[in-house]
Order: sequence, then structure tokens, then C-alpha cells
Amino acid sequence: MKDDKSPVWVIADQESCNLLPVTPQLVGKSRKLADDLGTTVEVVLLGDGVDTQPSNLFASGAERVFLGNDPALAEYHPDVYTDVIVGLAEKHKPQIILMGSTSMGRELAPLVAARLSTGLTAHCIDLNINADRVLEQIIPAYGGEITIVCPERRPQMATVAQGVFPLPALDEGCRGEVVSIDGPFVHTGRVEILEVVIEAPEGIPLDTATCVLAAGAGAGDLEGWKLIVELSKALSAGLGCTRPAVDEGWAELETMIGQSGKMVSPETYLGIGLSGEQQHMVGIAGAKTMIAVNNDKKSPVFSQVDYGVVDDCRDFVPVLLEKIRQYREKQVSC
Amino acid sequence: MLKIVVCVKAVPDPKAAGNIKIDPQTKTLLRGNVPMVLNPLDKNALEAALQIKTGMEVHITVLSMGPPEAASIVKECLALGADRGILLSDRGFGGADAFATAYTLAMGVQKNGDADVVFCGMASSDGATEWVGPEMATMLDMPVVTMVREIIPHADEAWEVKSALENGYRRMRVRLPAVFTVTRDLNSPRTLSFSGIIKARKKTITEWGLDDLGVSAERVGLKGSPTIVTEMRTVENTRKVEFIEGTREEKAEQLVQKLVEVGVL
Ligand SMILES: Cc1cc2nc3c(=O)[nH]c(=O)nc-3n(C[C@H](O)[C@H](O)[C@H](O)COP(=O)(O)OP(=O)(O)OC[C@H]3O[C@@H](n4cnc5c(N)ncnc54)[C@H](O)[C@@H]3O)c2cc1C
Ligand SMILES: Nc1ncnc2c1ncn2[C@@H]1O[C@H](COP(=O)(O)O)[C@@H](O)[C@H]1O
Repeated sequence: MKDDKSPVWVIADQESCNLLPVTPQLVGKSRKLADDLGTTVEVVLLGDGVDTQPSNLFASGAERVFLGNDPALAEYHPDVYTDVIVGLAEKHKPQIILMGSTSMGRELAPLVAARLSTGLTAHCIDLNINADRVLEQIIPAYGGEITIVCPERRPQMATVAQGVFPLPALDEGCRGEVVSIDGPFVHTGRVEILEVVIEAPEGIPLDTATCVLAAGAGAGDLEGWKLIVELSKALSAGLGCTRPAVDEGWAELETMIGQSGKMVSPETYLGIGLSGEQQHMVGIAGAKTMIAVNNDKKSPVFSQVDYGVVDDCRDFVPVLLEKIRQYREKQVSC
Repeated sequence: MLKIVVCVKAVPDPKAAGNIKIDPQTKTLLRGNVPMVLNPLDKNALEAALQIKTGMEVHITVLSMGPPEAASIVKECLALGADRGILLSDRGFGGADAFATAYTLAMGVQKNGDADVVFCGMASSDGATEWVGPEMATMLDMPVVTMVREIIPHADEAWEVKSALENGYRRMRVRLPAVFTVTRDLNSPRTLSFSGIIKARKKTITEWGLDDLGVSAERVGLKGSPTIVTEMRTVENTRKVEFIEGTREEKAEQLVQKLVEVGVL
């Protein structure tokens, strides 16, 4: 295992034939891992009408693309995709397989890992090769970070959320080898996809918002949450949340920020009624200004922000809304 | 009769889980006396089974792997309406990662006898890998649909389900037997009733250990886990907070001022 030169793999994720950003991000990171291991980066790309995409993958740092371009692969299908990837992995024996923590990756990664009888680490926030040439998989936990390894079994598998790693600088001159995967791609029919419906998200998208307002358990109840929604509108901020807000049914899972949710990189972050748990805070990358409102002066969130307001958000937010309204009026009148 | 197994996990109460910390000196876990509760999404999984039971003949088994204390959450599920409760408990099961957990649960499902449907939560609040359902499905050679937010059960053994995507949903038809992992959008879990608690008193919990499952000790617990934790660290904070002080009005005014300075307003 010490001189293992088998490749690092990325399973590409695409929507409407375009690569999701997480794919080049993972290819860029894999480039670094592969350089440390002295090996190659290879991508498995499945879809229909995706045959122009390999050049983007080469430009991101991949050397080889296994391309399955076939109507039967147009949509992610659990059984078909698992069979194709497991078949390829058994033949080519990659030492690492990375996937995005996307709706596909979250289902496909465990299906592939279980079939290959190997370990899989969820929602990593960093990846490194250690002195034993083993992949160190870092996740936030218990207010700190833990390192997980899969010392013996191969491949070593991990998922990573979009936005954890930066997009690599593209080198358009890079070329690589395309290996086409041949069908037929059949499935047993135990699962049939009848339709895939894309729904337009409400409000300001979190990924691109310059100001993100996130709130958590401290909102108290649905009434308290409505105040938060109102504040997000007053600030034209993207509205995110912590896990308890999802569990309580105030907010949608898609708006959860953090390790197992969305990664955001706003200029300003305003966190209200949340405790600053690592699993949430890792989701905010490189914000210039961070502000927290919490009724407990000792809350750990205050050690992670630039400005703090100690107050009950249910009393404070209405006053803040009023002050914002007054400020806006003054702007208009002068 | 449709046989449903619901996998339920005892987790540290999410409302107090923040008290579990890494000791900066010893780099070990300080458990902080957090009580164990039923994993929130597993309530939705059980509710899904209970709702199906109102429309057809169903037998519901709840299955949990955990320490002996986890019996309390199995009992809770019995009080909520499950017919049978099984706790997989053995020193040898300890330290399991998602893979070893999925394997142990799969063996439990098998020993319990042919299941038509297995429900899991989409994620546990403490592990939160989301892997256990799909990995168990693979080991049972069943199809899986994750993140289920709507179920239309059909008597003809092919169910229609909607499963959430980050920006929409998939509608699919799934032939039973199958595994489903559920989101909280699927239903609103019922709460404990007094009569349920009384009825559950008469129900017993079946406990199975390593020998009962007849599995090799190498395949479960820490030994059966492909992944291991090698290091725990505390994280240094790089920011220094400046508190905005004053009356509520003054604080709000100053915060507006800050928001103007940074360009939000
Ligand atoms: C593997 C794993 C992955 C996870 N992934 C994520 C993730 O991606 N995203 C995520 O968010 N969480 C995630 N979690 C959960 C995470 O650990 C925390 O439980 C969660 O972030 C805590 O949310 P919170 O701060 O809203 O709630 P709490 O920790 O309960 O904090 C509530 C805060 O609100 C304050 N408060 C209470 N009342 C008021 C009031 N009236 N006014 C003002 N303040 C008030 C309290 O002082 C407290 O500080 C994950 C957990 C695990 C184990
Ligand atoms: N120890 C366990 N016992 C029973 N069910 C479990 C256990 N661990 C995980 N599960 C099930 O798997 C789901 C997902 O858990 P996880 O993969 O840890 O996020 C949970 O909601 C449970 O339904």
C-alpha cells in the first residue's frame, strides 16, 4: 500500500449537462492529493449530452475521464449509476473516490461504498495525505475537529459539500484521455424514476448573497421565526438556518448552513439565536464581518464574531426592524 | 400482512448536545451528562409506518442498535404504537461506524424475518452521515430511496414516493421490499398518549447480542468498522468580539450603523 500508485477518482455531478461547481472543486483538490501521492486524477462522468464536458475536467486538473454518455444515464438512477461505478472501480482500483455532498452524492456514495465494502466519511471540510500516504478526512465535531482515516480498505471514500474547496484555476491547454464506458445500461426495474421536478427556490439565493442572515433555536417558535424572515427581507439578506430550525419545521433543509448543509461565503454574516457550533460555523467561509445576537453573553458564538449584541432576539429584532425602517425613511427624505 | 421494520437510534438530546466537548488537554470526549432521546427524524420514520397501518394490515418492528439504556427509546416507540421492539446490544457492537452499524442492523432485520419495508430517518442527529439506510439496503439487497418526503403505498407492492432534491424532487416507483429514509416533511409525528404508555407496559423488548445474531465479531463494532477516528482537536478562534452596549434602542441603532458601514444597508 505504501507505494500505491493507483489513481484518485472524482465522481462528476451534473445538472442539465453542466457540471455542478463541486465537481471542478473536487478535481482541483484531487490534483493536490494526487501530486502528493505521485499519481493521477481521473473522473467518472455519467449523463446524456455531456460529451463536451471532459475538456473542462482536464482544464481543472484531471488526466483521464471515464465517459458514459447515453440516454439511459441522463438522470441519476441509483441502481444503474452504482453498477457502472462499482464495475469501473473493481477494474481500475482507485485508492480514493470523492463525491459531492449533493442529493446524488448523498445517496450514491453509500451505495458504492457498501458494494465495495469500504469506509466512507460524510461531509468533510478538509482532506490531506499523511506521512503514511493515507487520506486524512477532517470533519467538525464536538466544538472542534476530528480526523478520520480508512487505514486498510480501499478505496478510501469521502463526500464534500459544494464550496468547501475553491474552484481551481483553469488551464485550458490541458488535454487528457477520454475512455468511453459502453452500455447497455440496464437495471432490474426495482426502482423506476417517473419524473424529476426542479422547483425554483424562494428568496435570495444563499450561495451568492453578499449578506447572509442565519438564525437558530433561539428564534423560539414560528412567530419568532417570522420576525427573522422579516429581518432578512429588510436587509435583502439570504436567509439561512441551523439544524434545530429545520427540525422544528420553521425552515427548509435546503437553507441549513454548515457541514451537512450549504457552504456560503458572504461579505457579512449575521447570526441570531444560535450558539456557534462548529458544524454550523464551518459553513461560513471568509466572511469579512461577522455579527451575532444572542441572549447569553457566554455563548460560544461570541468568540467567533466581530460584533456582538447580547439581547433576547424576540424583543430585539422588532426594534431593529423599526430602526431599519427609520433609517430607510431618512434616506428617502434627504 | 405487510411487515415493516423501523430503525431507531438513541442519540444525545440535540437540545443539549452542545455540552459534549473535546477536552483540550486529554483530547478525549467530555460527555457532559446529556440524556439520550429518540433521534428526531426516526419519529418521522415511525410515524410513516403507523400511518400506513391505518390503511392496511401491518406489523411494525422497531429495531435499534445501542447500549442497554437505548431500551428506553424502543419502549417509547412501543408506546407510540409499534408491535415489536428489538434492541441489538452487545459490548462487541460498540464503536461501530456507519458501515458496521448498517451491517449489524441488516443482520437484525434478517433475523426478524422477511421485511417488506424498512424505514430509517434521513440522518441521525449525532452521526448525521445519512449512510446507514443506503448501506443497509445494499447489504439486504434491497433498493433504497433517500430523503423521502411523500409516500403513496400501493397494495400491488410497488410504491410511489417523492424524494427531495436540493432544488426540487424526484417521483419514483419502487418495488418492495425496499428501504426508505425519510425527511421531516413527510409527516408530523404523533405524541405519546397515556393509553399507549399503559399498553406498552405489557410489551417486552427482545434483546439480541452477537451470539443471537450469529455474526462474526470481526464484522461488527470497532473491529468491523473500515473507518476510525485518529485525532480530535479543539479549534482556535481568530476573531475578537466587540460588544455593542446600551439600551435596546441604542443597540439597535448602533447595529444599523454597523450594517451601513459594511454596506448591507
Ligand atoms: C455530524 C453533524 C453535522 C451537523 N451539521 C450541521 C449543519 O450543517 N448545520 C447546522 O446548523 N447544524 C449542524 N449540526 C448540528 C449542530 O451540531 C448544532 O446542534 C446546531 O448548529 C445548533 O443550532 P443552534 O445554534 O440554533 O441551537 P443551540 O445550540 O441550541 O443554540 C441556541 C442559541 O440561541 C440562544 N438563544 C436562546 N434563546 C434566545 C433568545 N430568545 N434570543 C437570543 N438568543 C437566544 C442560546 O443562548 C443559544 O446560544 C450537525 C451535527 C452533527 C453531529
Ligand atoms: N444505532 C442505530 N440503531 C438503529 N438505527 C440506526 C442506528 N444508527 C443509524 N440508524 C438509522 O439510520 C438513520 C441514519 O443515520 P446516520 O447514517 O447515522 O445519519 C437513522 O435515522 C436511523 O434510522
